[in-house]
Amino acid sequence: PALAGKRNAALSVSEDLTPERDITTYNNFYEFGLDKEDPFLFSGPMKTEPWTIEVEGEVARPKVFGLDELLKLAPMEERIYRLRCVEAWSMVIPWMGYSLSALLRKVEPTGNAKYVEFVTDMQPEAMPGLRSRILRWPYRESLRMDEAMHPLTMLVYGLYGKQLPNQNGAPVRLAVPWKYGFKSAKSIVRIRVVEHLPMSSWMEVAPHEYGFYANVNPDVPHPRWSQAMERRIGGSVFAPRVRTQLFNGYADQVASLYAGLDLRQNY
Amino acid sequence: MGGGSRRGARADTSGRAAGRYTFSLQWCLVFLACLFPAWRWVWLGYAGQLGVNPPEFLIRSSGIWSLVALGAVLAVSPMRRWAGWTAPLRYRRMLGLFAFFYATLHVLGWALWEWGFALAPMWQDILQRTFLQVGALAYVPLIWMALTSTRGWRLRLGAWWQRLHYAIYPVAALSLWHFWLMRSGKTDYADVWWAIAAALVLGLARLRRGAK
Repeated sequence: PALAGKRNAALSVSEDLTPERDITTYNNFYEFGLDKEDPFLFSGPMKTEPWTIEVEGEVARPKVFGLDELLKLAPMEERIYRLRCVEAWSMVIPWMGYSLSALLRKVEPTGNAKYVEFVTDMQPEAMPGLRSRILRWPYRESLRMDEAMHPLTMLVYGLYGKQLPNQNGAPVRLAVPWKYGFKSAKSIVRIRVVEHLPMSSWMEVAPHEYGFYANVNPDVPHPRWSQAMERRIGGSVFAPRVRTQLFNGYADQVASLYAGLDLRQNY
Repeated sequence: MGGGSRRGARADTSGRAAGRYTFSLQWCLVFLACLFPAWRWVWLGYAGQLGVNPPEFLIRSSGIWSLVALGAVLAVSPMRRWAGWTAPLRYRRMLGLFAFFYATLHVLGWALWEWGFALAPMWQDILQRTFLQVGALAYVPLIWMALTSTRGWRLRLGAWWQRLHYAIYPVAALSLWHFWLMRSGKTDYADVWWAIAAALVLGLARLRRGAK
């Protein structure tokens, strides 16, 4: 179904969009399998209604939000973000949603609110990937409070003017465009505001490869490949790779969050 | 066929593959079968079925087919020993050359699509990463084995020829290690375990023969 919203030009990039077909058939969503096309092939049976997000923890007003309420919580905006995967490929995607801060303000984080954790749904009958022991389920990711409150950090409900397809994290997911894609949890059912750094799914299984920050950074290589370049999905087979930008090109907006932080140590 | 099989029989008793091929129907069929992965890529490319990220697909696919060919090479001896099947012995050199062929495409794919053949960053990439060092170490012996695979080199090298070609074992081990490191990012080892199990079976065959 369609999902309308006004283009937020100030928060959008002006690069060529990745074709919708590529965005919806090339996904990492391990609940449905490890291959890139698995989420497209197998996510159909996932139930996305009714849907709620439980917001709890260090907040004055913990609350369970229903999807209808979430959809009306703030004006829908279309924002064109770059997406840079830790696997060195990238896309340019027209997301539909609004800043996560709109939701967090409603629940009034307390003085102890230092981190925000996002938990993905588990539907064993619809998610064959949950049987694998690649990760400890459910999928968890987290942000520092100031990162979560940053206007670029987006709760996403739609893609290309339509509601999110299941494989892209329906009905609601995160988009944090200056961080590697795995930070942007999909199909979120719980948001926990906490005082201490939560353990994320990837830090748990491969701490040497995936750090907490996961900021896009061409100068901090992955143990098995350089992060200096990326392949733009949707181009010709022989199109050369393009240079990866610090903070995925969003340095002007987000570099101040990390002033004085050693980005090599805190990868 | 006649000459080929006679030579094959002789090679069998000496534990070595035939020195020269005769072009038989069987030879052609094996050769075409070995080309299947390459035909498949061409077909998929023609049909627009190489997926959303064709370079990644082609680099990984060529690496996997090189592993498959290596496994086939290593399976030749055990098949003769355990099943008494000597026919594959005639094709061991061809299988080895196909392992080299697909490994070469794998390396060229990496050089083209990851680095656009820019030598300095390629070299830097190798120096920085165990994953690539292991892969490179696996590839080097394949080069010398391919170069010395001809009858002429075999005669010239004498006993050294066999020693040089025992490198197939470290090549197989390094290739598996490279494959393991590739999959370790997703902690996705299922295929790697299968490959290692196959290699162990083939390795045991080798040890048993050595013990006799």
